[in-house]
Amino acid sequence: MTTAAWEPVIGIEVHVELRTNSKMFCGCAVAFGDEPNTNICPVCLGLPGALPVTNGTAIEWIVAIGLALGCEITPVSVFHRKNYFYADLPKNYQISQYDIPVCHDGHLDVDVDGETVRIGIERAHMEEDTGKSRHMGAGGRIHSAESTLLDFNRSGVPLVEVVSRPDIRSAAQARAYAQELRAVVSELGVSDARMEEGSIRFDANVSIRPVGDETLGTKVEIKNMNSFRSLERAVEHEIARQMKVLEGGGELIQETRHWDEEAGVTHSMRVKEGSSDYRYFTEPDLLPLVVDHKWVTEIAAALPELPAIRRRRYGEAGLDRQTVSVLSGAEPGIRRLFNDAVTAGASSVAAANWVTGEITAALRRSGSTLDDVALNGQAVADLVKMIEVGEISSSAAKDVLAGVMAGEGSPREVAEARDLLQISDTGTVEVIIDQVLAENPDAIERYRGGETKLVGFLVGAVMRASGGKADPKLANELLTRRLEP
Amino acid sequence: MSLADLSITDAVARLAAGEVTSVDLTAAVLERATMTEADLHCYLTIDRDGAFASAAASDTRRQTGATVGPLDGIPVAVKDNFSTRGLETTAASQLLAGYHPPYDAHAVERLRAGGVVLLGKANLDEFAMGSSTENSAFGPSRNPWDSNRVPGGSSGGSAAAVAVGSAMGAFGSDTGGSIRQPASLCGVVGVKPTYGRVSRYGLIAFASSLDQIGPLARTVDDAALLLEGVWGHDRRDATSYTGDYPELRRSLSSGVDGLTVGLVTQFGGEGYEPEVMAATRATLDKLSGAGAEIVEVSIPTVDVALSAYYLIAPAEASANLARFDGIRYGNRVEGETTEELMARTRAEGFGPEVIRRILLGTYSLSAGYYDAFYGQAQRVRTRLIQEFADAYEAADVLVSPTSPTVAFKLGAKATDPLAMYLSDICTIPSNLTGHPAMSVPVGLDGNGLPIGFQVMAPALAEERMFAVAAEIERLVGFTARPTLTGVAAV
Repeated sequence: MTTAAWEPVIGIEVHVELRTNSKMFCGCAVAFGDEPNTNICPVCLGLPGALPVTNGTAIEWIVAIGLALGCEITPVSVFHRKNYFYADLPKNYQISQYDIPVCHDGHLDVDVDGETVRIGIERAHMEEDTGKSRHMGAGGRIHSAESTLLDFNRSGVPLVEVVSRPDIRSAAQARAYAQELRAVVSELGVSDARMEEGSIRFDANVSIRPVGDETLGTKVEIKNMNSFRSLERAVEHEIARQMKVLEGGGELIQETRHWDEEAGVTHSMRVKEGSSDYRYFTEPDLLPLVVDHKWVTEIAAALPELPAIRRRRYGEAGLDRQTVSVLSGAEPGIRRLFNDAVTAGASSVAAANWVTGEITAALRRSGSTLDDVALNGQAVADLVKMIEVGEISSSAAKDVLAGVMAGEGSPREVAEARDLLQISDTGTVEVIIDQVLAENPDAIERYRGGETKLVGFLVGAVMRASGGKADPKLANELLTRRLEP
Repeated sequence: MSLADLSITDAVARLAAGEVTSVDLTAAVLERATMTEADLHCYLTIDRDGAFASAAASDTRRQTGATVGPLDGIPVAVKDNFSTRGLETTAASQLLAGYHPPYDAHAVERLRAGGVVLLGKANLDEFAMGSSTENSAFGPSRNPWDSNRVPGGSSGGSAAAVAVGSAMGAFGSDTGGSIRQPASLCGVVGVKPTYGRVSRYGLIAFASSLDQIGPLARTVDDAALLLEGVWGHDRRDATSYTGDYPELRRSLSSGVDGLTVGLVTQFGGEGYEPEVMAATRATLDKLSGAGAEIVEVSIPTVDVALSAYYLIAPAEASANLARFDGIRYGNRVEGETTEELMARTRAEGFGPEVIRRILLGTYSLSAGYYDAFYGQAQRVRTRLIQEFADAYEAADVLVSPTSPTVAFKLGAKATDPLAMYLSDICTIPSNLTGHPAMSVPVGLDGNGLPIGFQVMAPALAEERMFAVAAEIERLVGFTARPTLTGVAAV
């Protein structure tokens, strides 16, 4: 059987850590990078007698995620206990949701190679995170570690698990789905969504089947991808591995495999049994979770503009695909600056080029943020307009921008103060041209004799004579007119 | 008469009148403990220093007129599955020996805030699993009426201490009868309020949907006073009741005239001692004489309640007790791997009954068995709740014996779990329904052993339940106390 005869079937499970002030079931702070075991209490340590109490903000936020993913919101959902023994799981059960999650049946549209693919969302449910194990010695590997240290700061951090339907058909789609989902939760402001810090984590379920087959192949779960690129690579590798096994007449087993970033391969972690070995049962310490219609309506009304909708808006404003992509991925302040500049009269294309180009670069160079600099939408619009009407050159505009960002005033004030305004008055430029032609008496004759590239030299001379302030376009235009017979 | 034998209400009055001090009361009950502990073993920990310090502080408050509640200065015991900050809390398990919680259970917090003197931690069956206190890893408690017999369980230490006077009152937890059954076997009053009335925060969980804290006392009035001292909404327990909490003591004299009292017919027959049934009928006659209408009520699902309970409670317990793994607290038994460490800690730390229930619960939740066992048990629970609701259409309160038998001898049922489980046959339904129920002593059998009578009421109807119990107390006039003769070297 040839490679082309296989169809990959991929589903992705995403764990999103919410950045609420306090944990899912207790009042401890949610904070990344604090000293180990400083944000802990009887509840998130699983001390005898401690009881969970649901964090209302976390519920509000999972509903927002669900709505952003087009999900149905369950009016009365249920928490379950998921039982398994692990040293960094203090109660040796995780409070999670099982058959009645808060959100179900949604979708996410993702763009891959200019094509839009709709990926179904099976569910999004609420649960709590575990602590962290740090294996000491033996390069941090669990099996040969000398000892293991436990940090429970993360224990009980609100976690939303978003489970896609097996609608993904390629590694590129898997990556696009993951990136789009991350963009959505970032936009909602409910998570730091940093893959490298583990505040958003992606696991992929990969199987393959002969093209045209309806039944699903044996599913393998792959874990430990810490960037979008490694997710794509891991899925690609796993598809290839499965094809090789099947084409070699072998059989796949249902298992969990660990992605080894350095080696670029997956390793078997454990053979996975069915889900019911977690012995799920209703969490008796919590009442059913009620999310009434009124609350859902309020949350829906407060949702920000989602990335897909924004991209469509940018596209409709005439931005090319590359700019749309850069601007949609830009930080909110940059996007706001763009919106404000357009509102203040700048053309969308010019405003987008400036905010994603020189402005972003200048901020990066100085290591500052928009909050640190005196730049608003009006200033960007003014700058863009001054370029368009030729009052300043593109290169001078960068100096003007620097002055504006340094708090020296409006673009016009800065251009005047720094003497960067172009001479775009026809009469003034004509006078300079007269002077230049007087200094080069044979110019007209040589030009008319076929030496047309002389224009460039003469424009340069005009620019020099004007101290660099003449509008080069205008100078070119006027000179050409004078030289033509 | 020793001050240790005063009722709490009497002690409160004498404290208020300046006739006694909290230090006097505390000294008296601790002296009683000194006399009786070697024989009865009601306590796992007695905190003499802490108790005298709180008593002295209470007396100072009283001198300046700054008492903090009706129970200020009253010495009581709490079961050793209540978390007590800095005071060893073991749940009678070897696994937790030496565990000092960093926080107080809500009930303990309330007691401390109310000026109550905490005497120490009462013995229990390990993790409250048992009906005789014989499952305590630190040795059984014994019944003050006959120290060859069990005090019942799991709150056996609490019940025996109240009966013998080594505490003026006590608190226990009731998952399937663990307050009411030992109260019955020790001749004291024991109350399981409506589920949600007393916060479970800090109570070491056995079965979360069934566990409820309640008082044990020598009089109905004392029990009301103690219950009022700990109940109320607590936002740290999501199942805590948010509505109104009545003043129980106001309705204690309202009587039973015009009330319909329903005898549940399923509670009786084989396994019920004749003298227990006779005392039950005699009590019903007295209620009838006081103006109550007595009816018989059938609740068929009661017959399978015990089976449902022994699927639901162990299932929840199997998860609740999973945290005892030797990783963060408790007595660790080392192993080559984390899994081995956990397995050895648990195998060596838990006693046989606890292990039996964990296995039972794990099994009933397992793939392929869930629906037949745990799922079916939940359906039984739902039906039972419906049948009780129907029964309360026909009767204001329901009654039964509290326990089919009086106190049995140590070892009599220790090797027969099923026989032991049957001790709770009358009490378990109220845990499954979440309704309040209490046991009141109504007499002694031919061997001088106490017999208890159970009053059950609809959810949140504690006022009615206490009124009926108080009337029974007046009608029966049970004033017997265990003699201290036979109790080791006085």
